[in-house]
Amino acid sequence: MAATTQAAPSGLQLVKQKTTKPRTLWRDAWGQFRKNRLAILGLLVLLLLIVAALAGPIFYTADPDKIDILASELSPTWTGDHPFGTDDLGRDSLARNLFGGRISLAVGFTAMLLAMTVGTLIGLLSGFIPSLDGPLMRFTDMMFALPQLPLLLVIIMLFRDSLRSLFGPEVGIFILVVFVIGILGWMPTARIVRGSVLSIKQKEFVEAAGCIGVRRGMIMFKHILPNVMSPIIVSATLGIASAILTESALSFLGLGFPSDVPTWGRLLFDGRDFMTRNPWLVFWPGLFISLTILSINFMGDGLRDALDPRSRQ
Amino acid sequence: MSTYLIRRIFTAIPTLLFISFVIFALLDLAPGDPTGSLPLTIPPEVREKIRQSLGLDEPFVVRYLLWLKQFTLHEPINAIEQTFGVTVPGVQIGGISLIDQPGDRLRVTSWASRGKPVAELILERVPQTLWVVGLSYLLSVLIAIPLGVLGAVQQNSFFDQVSSVIAVIGYSMPTFVTGLLAIVIFSVKLGWFPMIYDTTLVVNDIGSLWQQIRQMIMPVSVLAFFQVAQLSRFTRSSMLDNLKQDYVRTANAKGFRQRYVVIKHVLRNSLIPVITLIALGIPSIFAGAIITEQIFRVNGLGALLIIAIQSFDIPVVMTVLFIFAVLIVTFNLIADIVYGVLDPRIQYS
Repeated sequence: MAATTQAAPSGLQLVKQKTTKPRTLWRDAWGQFRKNRLAILGLLVLLLLIVAALAGPIFYTADPDKIDILASELSPTWTGDHPFGTDDLGRDSLARNLFGGRISLAVGFTAMLLAMTVGTLIGLLSGFIPSLDGPLMRFTDMMFALPQLPLLLVIIMLFRDSLRSLFGPEVGIFILVVFVIGILGWMPTARIVRGSVLSIKQKEFVEAAGCIGVRRGMIMFKHILPNVMSPIIVSATLGIASAILTESALSFLGLGFPSDVPTWGRLLFDGRDFMTRNPWLVFWPGLFISLTILSINFMGDGLRDALDPRSRQ
Repeated sequence: MSTYLIRRIFTAIPTLLFISFVIFALLDLAPGDPTGSLPLTIPPEVREKIRQSLGLDEPFVVRYLLWLKQFTLHEPINAIEQTFGVTVPGVQIGGISLIDQPGDRLRVTSWASRGKPVAELILERVPQTLWVVGLSYLLSVLIAIPLGVLGAVQQNSFFDQVSSVIAVIGYSMPTFVTGLLAIVIFSVKLGWFPMIYDTTLVVNDIGSLWQQIRQMIMPVSVLAFFQVAQLSRFTRSSMLDNLKQDYVRTANAKGFRQRYVVIKHVLRNSLIPVITLIALGIPSIFAGAIITEQIFRVNGLGALLIIAIQSFDIPVVMTVLFIFAVLIVTFNLIADIVYGVLDPRIQYS
């Protein structure tokens, strides 16, 4: 309540400036999102993590793969060469966590993109074309009934070697992990999109578009898709979190990336054997995974409130 | 209701067939070979004969149907025969043996554990999983529902805000992070609990019971923490939805005490979706237990799956995966039925 009274004078000013620009859903949503302190904090932390993973290795030039047995299992020393300590082979923890972040985040984003594309397409089709609705939703239900994590493990075990020989160890596993997470993760999006499409399809503007002879494909992508964007964005945000979690879980079980490719989950898996002597090895990757997921969850909550006009006060 | 039930059960069967077919087809691509673990001195001709005797040269569809027969008919029959000491005769329909004669029935056997029947391997593992997973789920339900109710009744109070933040942290930290942190803090630093779950422990006196409890505390609470976080949030929002309803205002206006209104009216209505969620969550925590078992080295069902995957033990992988699928389909069914029973507004046709 206090926030609205404080914002009132500046709000008046803003309206004046905005007379040239029309109010859009996105501008409104951003205004709403900005008021949610936790969501903004989440956004900032996530951006910080992304920037650190992308640009960190440029400034922090330690080689993540350089083995230095003499300096193994060091605890973090803020002044020394290894701020986050070193692992059992003397490799620098900070460098490995930064590189791990790159891969974990990349897996999260690409797998989410894949899941969103498939989910949106299937949701659109089944919501828009009645004859496809039954079969596609039956298929979605069946996919939901698949045991996700165990199946992921099995698929990775089966295709790891062939993809590794096709694309090389890093790219091969990356493609496999992203593909599998994406292909087993589109169902919630498909259901949400279908639901929204079904309700928007009944609106007058769709009918009007049909009346003036707009083609069905055009209606689907130009008129309906933009209106179902908000649930897609929310589920995309949460999708990144679940993809990162799944990748970490796979690597933690030793079935994700090989040990020479550090991802946060893999670092946890490797650090586990040495955690009695050096708990920092599991602390850092654990912290980064949790921070990422936490900030994405806060952001997702904020986005959900911001993009849903009904939840505004 | 009963026609709905029958229809639901009949749609569950094709779903399970689809899943079993997908899993079977996937595993059929596996590069593993059941004769791979046999000694290298066996000549190739003999090896080929062994493969033939295992039915590996049959076409894919035949192998799938044989597996289906073996898994859905022979294994249950074997279990019945062993527990009740009866013999079930073979059944033939049109020259095709639907149920083989007693003695001819092949068991689903593991490739890695010297031909041990998979059913036995799984029965060995189930108690550990059930103890850890079941107890943690029970615990989390018992904690989460009061937490969610209190949070909703005192919305935006200090208690509500603290428990909300803890809940978000709780479901943002995967069990493999909280588990490892718990080990570092409570086993390594403080030395309160053992790091590794000892499955061979026999509970026969107070001392060993205490030991069993001590080793269960960490895995159970790590799993429960994650579950409580999700369930309490869900309970809270379900309570909040109901607290805004008109019937609550009516009950308050009639002068019922707050406690009575909350417990007798709001809680009962709010629990309907919560119970459905609890039923739906049971299979997923079995899958989640794969990770927890790996952290604390509990040799339950999840650990069996990991070992089987690593050693290309296809029959075990197939069976465990299918059991997970059966759990998912069954609990979906249960959730639907429970929802219909609890909420009279739902009309099944």
